[in-house]
Amino acid sequence: MQTVMSSKMATSNNIAQAKRTVQQLRVEASIERIKVSKACADLMHYCGEHAKFDPLLMGIPASENPFKDKKPCTIL
Amino acid sequence: MGEMDQMKKEAEGLKSQIEAARKAAADTTLADAASGVAPAPRVQLKTRKTLKGHLAKIYAMHWATDCRLDHAMLMVSASQDGKLIIWDAFSGNKINAVPLKSSWVMTCAYAPSGNLVASGGLDNMCTVYNLKTPVVKTVKELDAHTGYLSCARFLSDTEILTASGDTTCALWDIETGKQKTVFLNHVGDCMCLALSPDMNMFISGACDSLAKLWDIRDGTCKQTFQGHTSDINAISFFPSGNAVVTGSDDCTCKMYDLRSDQEVISYQDAQLNSGVTSLALSVSGRLIFAGYDDFNCNIWDSLKGEKVGVLSGHDNRVSCTGVPQDGMCVCTGSWDSFLKIWN
Repeated sequence: MQTVMSSKMATSNNIAQAKRTVQQLRVEASIERIKVSKACADLMHYCGEHAKFDPLLMGIPASENPFKDKKPCTIL
Repeated sequence: MGEMDQMKKEAEGLKSQIEAARKAAADTTLADAASGVAPAPRVQLKTRKTLKGHLAKIYAMHWATDCRLDHAMLMVSASQDGKLIIWDAFSGNKINAVPLKSSWVMTCAYAPSGNLVASGGLDNMCTVYNLKTPVVKTVKELDAHTGYLSCARFLSDTEILTASGDTTCALWDIETGKQKTVFLNHVGDCMCLALSPDMNMFISGACDSLAKLWDIRDGTCKQTFQGHTSDINAISFFPSGNAVVTGSDDCTCKMYDLRSDQEVISYQDAQLNSGVTSLALSVSGRLIFAGYDDFNCNIWDSLKGEKVGVLSGHDNRVSCTGVPQDGMCVCTGSWDSFLKIWN
């Protein structure tokens, strides 16, 4: 009796899990997808537009680099 | 046909449908589309600061959002020496050292306001601290996950997102200490999360080798991205919010575009056979700084998929990387107990 009861519960858990999987797949299947060419064009456009504001890409002149150590003063 | 068999059949049918729809949208790859773009310059960055103070492996670091306040540039780091350290990256000075109840820390986060920081790890909890009281105080211990805390990110001073080894992510109300929403769908430990620029969505990476996009407010998983063949340890949004970049134990990074719902490029090299631990993008999205188990941080041209530089200098695994909001530098943290600031 015990074994039949727990295997019934296991089965209904499996069914519940399978229902959730199907439900999730339905959500993911239903989205609209744009063409990869359009997606890439937008990524490239973003990089292009923002390149000049990217210090690591453009390089930072020494005079404007807040991390560059200032020359130490020599005490004569 | 039994109910289980019916559902298995429907699931297989839906998977094929998704596969076909992705294929139909795949009219090019990013590397091909970007073939006409001028290559990114060779990027040669120097260590400007080495932050010394931790006594054990560093597991995480996070820049403050408004990091350039009062001529200081603030960030928080977490080490298994049992401390969070708040640093001013300009001077290299320690502003605060927060002792942790549990030294097995895996993540830390700075709130956008600069008022709070958070940490968590093998204690399964996310602890929130107030930096603005005369002595740093614990605000709340967020305790409900049944697995380790791998990542935390503040939405505000009242809400925080967490990712856990219990395979869930959660949105918490810091004031009540309760979970508002639990995000259920991964079948492996969640290892990382990143907030979308508009803060309405977040992306998670897990040991099931999947990245998932979630709606923060309705709690549902909207999209799932496959392709990796091992744990995803690091994840970040591309700054436009339309793509995400992942780093994995399979030694590759990948970019997935959200609107075409698929992988558009993979960042890999036959000679690279170390797992990716961490990643951060430069402000234009053109450069990806990826930390690896082989002690290096490789710099990738995100559009062309080519390696354009390397940050070498750590004597152990690079465990965390971060680029601050103004993009003026990149920070790497390592198991060698040091953080380095490069630009």
